[in-house]
Amino acid sequence: MHLTTGSTRGLTLPDSELAVHNLKHHFADLEQQKATSTFGMWLFLVTEIMFFGGMFAAYLIYRLSYYNAWVAGSQTMEIRLGAINTAVLICSSLTMVMAVHFAKLGNRKLTAICLILTLLLGFSFLGIKAVEYHGHWVHHEVPGPNFHFEHEGNFDPRHVSIFFALYFAMTGMHAFHMIIGAGLLTWLLIANARGRFSPEYHSPVELVGLYWHFVDLIWIYLFPLLYLISHHHNG
Amino acid sequence: MSDHAHPTVKTFVTVWASLLALTALTVFVATLELGPFNAIVALSIATIKALLVLLFFMELRYSTAMTKVVVVAAVFFLMLLVGLTLSDYLTRGWSSYINPFR
Repeated sequence: MHLTTGSTRGLTLPDSELAVHNLKHHFADLEQQKATSTFGMWLFLVTEIMFFGGMFAAYLIYRLSYYNAWVAGSQTMEIRLGAINTAVLICSSLTMVMAVHFAKLGNRKLTAICLILTLLLGFSFLGIKAVEYHGHWVHHEVPGPNFHFEHEGNFDPRHVSIFFALYFAMTGMHAFHMIIGAGLLTWLLIANARGRFSPEYHSPVELVGLYWHFVDLIWIYLFPLLYLISHHHNG
Repeated sequence: MSDHAHPTVKTFVTVWASLLALTALTVFVATLELGPFNAIVALSIATIKALLVLLFFMELRYSTAMTKVVVVAAVFFLMLLVGLTLSDYLTRGWSSYINPFR
């Protein structure tokens, strides 16, 4: 991504001059530069889809293999918290898309407000996730020597441990992506405050937006798979 | 369907409201006992939500053809990953504990 222009850092230049400074020499014009960076971001997100895809495939195979244990593990999830977190992420996607919208219009103040709202919603998600993790911790549901699962069903509790291992891997990687996203949003806020974006040049806001929506996209599948589909089944 | 090159604020708010409504719907459906259809309905709703995010929030609908090809290719390879893996596991006749239709 094209972020450091050195000489323009910390300075406020007229739009036309900013545009020239933001154009890297190997691009014909800003439009081509923008199309290229957007395409590059999508390529990165495709690798991310395959990265999470491996975990989704593992989850599916183990669910089919250890169905009863999977149902029992899944039923320890708090659907209410998961649903609230889904709504929080959806709202953060709206504020993100509005930040991009205002950056396009060159409205620095509203861009900042939308970025801050996105950041706050992101932290809310992580906070609620931390409450859930704490619940799993105190109930000895974290895989390892202290794992303990009371059960009456026809399954091996060790298989429930596999469920939780995948649960923590998938939601953990997702949360890790959110933390990186929060860092990116903070950096956008600083750049925005320094007047780095304009209607001609705001690619970083758009690209972070793509990343943020992608993280939302992963959660859209994690929520039903982990919380919902086994809710009414018998282990 | 709009002819604008870019989505409007109204589009974003509509998509946002639809996503919230679909979330409420999927949580409601989870309280019903539908057997194998619980998973099918939940994943179908998730896919509708994912399409809304991709097309409008990520502006795929307004993207270049090359970007669209890359995303379709990603979905294809993901299907290949999951499909071929499952075609192995589900056809292992000796492991009787695998029954996707429970």
